Amino acid sequence: MTIAVTLIACVTDAFALDIAFEVPSAGVTALLGPSGAGKTTVLRALAGLDRYDGTIIIDGEVWQDATRFVPPHRRRVGYVAQGGSLLPHLTVAGNLDYATRRARAGPFRRDDLIERTGIVHLLDRVPARLSSGEAQRVAIARALSGQPRLLLMDEPLANLDVAARTQLLAALVDLFAEIAVPVLYVTHDAAEVERIAARTVNLCAGRVVSNVIAV
Amino acid sequence: MNQVIATTVELAGVTTVLLLLIATPLAWWLARSRRWWKEIVAAVAALPLVLPPTVIGFYVLIALGPASPLMTLLHPFGVRTLAFTFEGLVIGSLFYSLPFAVQPLRTAFEGVGDRPLELAATMGAGPFDRFATVAVPLARRGFLSAAVLVFAHTVGEFGVVLMVGGGIPGRTEVLSTRIYSLVESMQFGVAHRIAAALVAFAFVALLGLLLVDRRIGLPRP
Repeated sequence: MTIAVTLIACVTDAFALDIAFEVPSAGVTALLGPSGAGKTTVLRALAGLDRYDGTIIIDGEVWQDATRFVPPHRRRVGYVAQGGSLLPHLTVAGNLDYATRRARAGPFRRDDLIERTGIVHLLDRVPARLSSGEAQRVAIARALSGQPRLLLMDEPLANLDVAARTQLLAALVDLFAEIAVPVLYVTHDAAEVERIAARTVNLCAGRVVSNVIAV
Repeated sequence: MNQVIATTVELAGVTTVLLLLIATPLAWWLARSRRWWKEIVAAVAALPLVLPPTVIGFYVLIALGPASPLMTLLHPFGVRTLAFTFEGLVIGSLFYSLPFAVQPLRTAFEGVGDRPLELAATMGAGPFDRFATVAVPLARRGFLSAAVLVFAHTVGEFGVVLMVGGGIPGRTEVLSTRIYSLVESMQFGVAHRIAAALVAFAFVALLGLLLVDRRIGLPRP
């Protein structure tokens, strides 16, 4: 079972995307590369938020090709965006409930997620009152509350101070060891990849440089 | 006088409810569409801001008169004219106050941005779901502004209601047209009391809007 992605696009005047990669739909795959490599573009295309020419096939199910385009609300992805992935008008509990109410049956239980991500004391707060680290923990719990078949994470540790970063990285390592959902994890930090990913797709200037099993 | 106040409040209330229903999808489309010609639609919707009320009233009066194509369509239903009726007043008010609903709603919807809507989509929310559960709550200040402005503006309208309604006592007379008829008959004392009450109402409505707007804009604990 694989995640197969082929995308060709002129995203901006200065940036073109021409990539093709196939990775197992299990474990954590890192999309590694410098800023402007196209990592977020690929992730947004996988989520269905942007549409470019190409194909996206997940476990044999076509999400996008020349004739089909599955809209984002039918893809069942969990999406943790860089710098804030919460609905600002809802409390933490409200954000979790928003995802839960629209999810199919699945393995993740709300209470377990709250406990695993350590956010029980934050449930009544609105996102504006959370620190960056707290917000990312909630975003991860919220993403898994939707019972995703694919978890997409866009530099979840960016904008965190060293302490919060270390703490959340350790929590992610534990979490990824326990869940059976495939994860595509965008980062530009090779040290993060070493701790987290089983496979790495290296991107540079909109192209795949390598696609290797992580050491 | 009670009848005049009741007609005024009923007209403003009905206009406010109907305009929020009409202006919301229009403002949403103006805020989200990428079509170049949307600004032509926006300009048409904003025309009542700059048109003389008598011009709007004149055309609405023609459209609601017995010889108009619109009324011809309604003849089979027993409707011959809506001129000088309460329903006619409502239709005139809808045109007159349209920009006061569309502008704040469009600005509020534009302020929502893409991010929350995209997040909701990845959580399984379809287009209408996203609109109802994300865009509308995040644009609540725009709805409040639109409701208060439309209500207050309708209470204060004169030219359109005089043209379309004729200020008929007991049927289409509202506070603004009552002031006019009182002044015509040299009853300045009563006219002054109604005018002062309208000034006070306008001030309270705007002050209330500013205070509530500030309050709902503050983050909760």
